[in-house]
Amino acid sequence: MPQWLFAFLAALAIIGALGTIMQRNLVHCVLGFALVLIDLGVLYMGLGAVTVGFLQIIVYVGAIMVLFLFVIWLLNVQADAGVRGGGLGLKLLGTLGAAALAAELAAVFFHAPKLSQVRTIPPDFGSIAKLAQALFTRYLVAFEATSLLLLGAIVGAVGLARRLAVQTAPAAATPDRLAPAANDAPRKVA
Amino acid sequence: MRPDAHTRNLLASDSGVTIELAIGAIKAVVMVLLVMGLTTLMLWFERKGSALIQDRIGANRANVFGLGKRLGLPNFGVINTVLADPVKMFTKEDFVPDGADRFLHGLAPFLALFPVIITFAVAPMGDMLRIGKYHIDLQPANLDVAALYVLATIGMGVYGIALGGWASNNRWSLLGGIRASAQMISYEIAMGLAIIAVVVTYGTLDLQQMCRAQGGVWFGFLPRWGILLQPVSFLMLLIAGIAESKRVPFDLPEGESELVAGYFTEYSGGKQAVFMMTDFAEVLLVAVLITTFFFGGWQVPWLYRDGFHFPGGAALMLPNIVVALMQFVAFWIKVIILSCLQILIRWTLPRLRYDQLMRLGWKGLVPLGLLNLVATAFVVVVAGGK
Repeated sequence: MPQWLFAFLAALAIIGALGTIMQRNLVHCVLGFALVLIDLGVLYMGLGAVTVGFLQIIVYVGAIMVLFLFVIWLLNVQADAGVRGGGLGLKLLGTLGAAALAAELAAVFFHAPKLSQVRTIPPDFGSIAKLAQALFTRYLVAFEATSLLLLGAIVGAVGLARRLAVQTAPAAATPDRLAPAANDAPRKVA
Repeated sequence: MRPDAHTRNLLASDSGVTIELAIGAIKAVVMVLLVMGLTTLMLWFERKGSALIQDRIGANRANVFGLGKRLGLPNFGVINTVLADPVKMFTKEDFVPDGADRFLHGLAPFLALFPVIITFAVAPMGDMLRIGKYHIDLQPANLDVAALYVLATIGMGVYGIALGGWASNNRWSLLGGIRASAQMISYEIAMGLAIIAVVVTYGTLDLQQMCRAQGGVWFGFLPRWGILLQPVSFLMLLIAGIAESKRVPFDLPEGESELVAGYFTEYSGGKQAVFMMTDFAEVLLVAVLITTFFFGGWQVPWLYRDGFHFPGGAALMLPNIVVALMQFVAFWIKVIILSCLQILIRWTLPRLRYDQLMRLGWKGLVPLGLLNLVATAFVVVVAGGK
């Protein structure tokens, strides 16, 4: 990747990140975040990790950010509900977290090899075969543990949703077919 | 992504770079023009075809200086669709409702159209075309992870629809946008599973390689097309594709009897035309994908690189340019036939209810896709891969 392209994409990522945290409208914030994620995907591709770059866009931009939008609309969050300041404790924690992240970034930056010393990547670097090989041999345990974690999260989410539905069902004065529980009830819906 | 040896040789010389760039530009322009033209053709098929199906006359008014009438030609409504309606739409008032998010309201149609159009960049329109010393790959962008690219761009298509619905400051629009995002995310999974099964079958993510793998014959006469290997994936991709393009029987995001017009209720004029174009470009895109994965792409039965080799043993040698042209035409004929199939489905089936839609997606297609994937992987491993 030429250096000017990297600089352009990096600047775009920073603009997107600023847009994510500084806008008042939550939907605009989500779009800023989506811009950052697309940008990161393109950066991965430019650095040779083509498969990871596309997977990044498929998973984060194509699915997760859309779910963010969906949740914002479903919960009907008001446009500028997210900009309340928070207490002193939250501010303190936030400052500490930001400082830790900045220190880590600085450490990485100063220990990174100089541009002139960067080795060229092997020709099949980032191909889907290499990626799969790494995932299913060297990182197999981490990979399987992550999939178990996600499975647990899915089961937990379904369980929570069911319990909420059962709790609210008797209180709902709506006709049966409109009650929130109707979709989850084990009986057949005509 | 990486230039092959031949391209690298060409890149070494300056004139080679210029000519390579020109070839790339020509491929891109041809693709965009074809997509635009065929989108209009589909629009005409839809209008006149639906009229035929419903025993109506359909568009037959517009004429240029009464020329067709004077010559006694029947009016097939081509001028209506190609000329009169676009001119009308793009000269209409561009209305933005009060309290709408003006920026996103304007951006949304283009966010919807853009991912669909760029997906065509990896559609293989033919094999190698040889002109002089140049070997031209008739795929506009030869990407070795093209299947992932397709999934990524299709995934981005949700934004335009969902944001258009939200930015209009209208309850019907918002409901349509929410329905669209839920529906498209659900059916993307089925679509991804169908595509992954095909990828496992051919052992490549490169659409051009998939097309090449579909050349040749079984038992001496049967073309090795993907539909014979992956019939389940074909059905899944067809269903999920129609759901992704939000057309009947999956048109709940715009269900006009429930939501006025859903996500584009508050759109008029040119912006609405862009949304409509997105619809038809998506129909075309689904047809392109199905052609590439299941109907041999640019393969013509019994046509090889050097000409026809018929099952009986007869052969007809052809020059490369004729072969490339036949492949190019065959690809687009298949695409048009599959697009017409989708339009036929659209005018035949009634709309699903929302719970039926979700049940079909999550309880029907997703488990079916997983089973199909497991079976495919099993067969590929037992058969020792392809």
